[in-house]
Amino acid sequence: MSQTNDAFAKAVPLDADSAVSVRNVSKNYGDVEALKNLSLEFPRGQLTSLLGPSGCGKTTLLKIIAGLLKPDSGEVEIEGKIISSPGPDRSFVFQDFALLPWASVLRNVAFGLELRGVAKSEREAIAEKYIKNVGLTGFEKAYPHELSGGMRQRVGLARALAVDAQVLLLDEPFSAVDEQNRRKFQEDMLELVRGENKTFIFVTHSIEEAVYVSDQIAILLPRPSRVSEIIRPTSFRGTGKENIRRSPEYLDIVDEIWASLRNYVE
Amino acid sequence: MTVLGYRLPGMSSLLLWALLWEVVGRTGWTFFIPPLSDVFVTLVDVIGTPAFLKAMYETAYAFLAGVFFAVIIGIPVGILIGKSRLLDELILPWVNIFLSAPLTALVPVLMVLFGFGMKSIIITTTLFAIWIIILNSRAGVKQINRSLVDMARSFGATPMDAFFKIYFWAALPEILGGVRIGVIRAVKGVIIGQLLISIVGFGALFELYSNNFMMKHFWAVLIVLFAVAFSLSEFLAYLERRVSYYAASR
Repeated sequence: MSQTNDAFAKAVPLDADSAVSVRNVSKNYGDVEALKNLSLEFPRGQLTSLLGPSGCGKTTLLKIIAGLLKPDSGEVEIEGKIISSPGPDRSFVFQDFALLPWASVLRNVAFGLELRGVAKSEREAIAEKYIKNVGLTGFEKAYPHELSGGMRQRVGLARALAVDAQVLLLDEPFSAVDEQNRRKFQEDMLELVRGENKTFIFVTHSIEEAVYVSDQIAILLPRPSRVSEIIRPTSFRGTGKENIRRSPEYLDIVDEIWASLRNYVE
Repeated sequence: MTVLGYRLPGMSSLLLWALLWEVVGRTGWTFFIPPLSDVFVTLVDVIGTPAFLKAMYETAYAFLAGVFFAVIIGIPVGILIGKSRLLDELILPWVNIFLSAPLTALVPVLMVLFGFGMKSIIITTTLFAIWIIILNSRAGVKQINRSLVDMARSFGATPMDAFFKIYFWAALPEILGGVRIGVIRAVKGVIIGQLLISIVGFGALFELYSNNFMMKHFWAVLIVLFAVAFSLSEFLAYLERRVSYYAASR
């Protein structure tokens, strides 16, 4: 056992900078192999996208990192600790927002803190701050059904930020949001990753979105599920959010990813 | 509904039926149907009498106690079997059997087990109401959005937190629907209990009036009972509408 660990440490020199390490994780649903012996490092303070065709196991991987699913074998290490269940070091943003429809925006944003036993006045003060950060000031008393899809996901994002977890897990967070809101979200994500010293793990099926927001893109391929490629865009980070989509590297990477994924589209 | 351009208030059709009742009563066709106006006069006379108030108290007590136990036991049981596959397999068949079983036939057994007093009446009331409450609470939990459950888990909710802060509220529209139907069934249960087990409360009044052909009194008490049951049901329907705004978006 110790031998394999040693061998692994040598094979992955990035280990020291990783906030999250996934090692040899496998997961089967009955006869279907969702993940097979998958290993991946997530650098601290950066945004890593998991990108791939549907059925490649990207959401399964995210839920295993979240501790919501147990891997059949392998392990997930977060900040040096092997995890087996959800914990305060991680928070999750859901594709369908997962807001409490019977609770106001304020209570929804504070709900993670409520479950952690933070006193009401304290958690509401923290929630107010994050409601302001995501641009929902004035909607504290509103209910989710009174908000647009984009605003609902801002509530989901504020809730995930409010618990101040080191690792944010986002499961296709903008796929249920209209195009213009999605663009705004993507721009906000860039600022968020720069502003907060957190590690973001981002599942998406949109190639453009992945390339636009990511420091590192892991391409996952199905049957059997595996990491086929890791891409790190270099030149267009820091050129300003309005210039990214015009950068030659951005366009090349988008084309390159599409070339490798197109065979898997049914 | 509108007639000749006028918008009729809700339940205006009752007026038509009341008129028909009055006319049939006036013709003296059968002693069974006295004129409705006479019934209301009797109602006003009867309502303050000690016998009526005692019956009202006995019935309300058994009814409220029966509904209380049906709700307090039914909702948690329904939520638990909705959450747990194992409990569901164990308990659901019994819920379905008792829901459709002729419970009146069980009343003599209850009398043997629990005696001829208030206790048996309360248990009968509970048995009439509880099954639909369990079934609806279960249905409410079954349709819960998986990601709400995942959300609670990912933020470290304890099982108690998940129960009281997620499952209960997510299932509330269905739970209230179940309680509303359960309450209507409990009205049946309490009267059947009072008729079969020990002749007390409204059951005793019905027995007394019908045996002595006091049809005006009989109808008067029945109208009171209808009115109370209807008001309860409408109140619960109002609560249901209050939470229905989120029923569609869970």
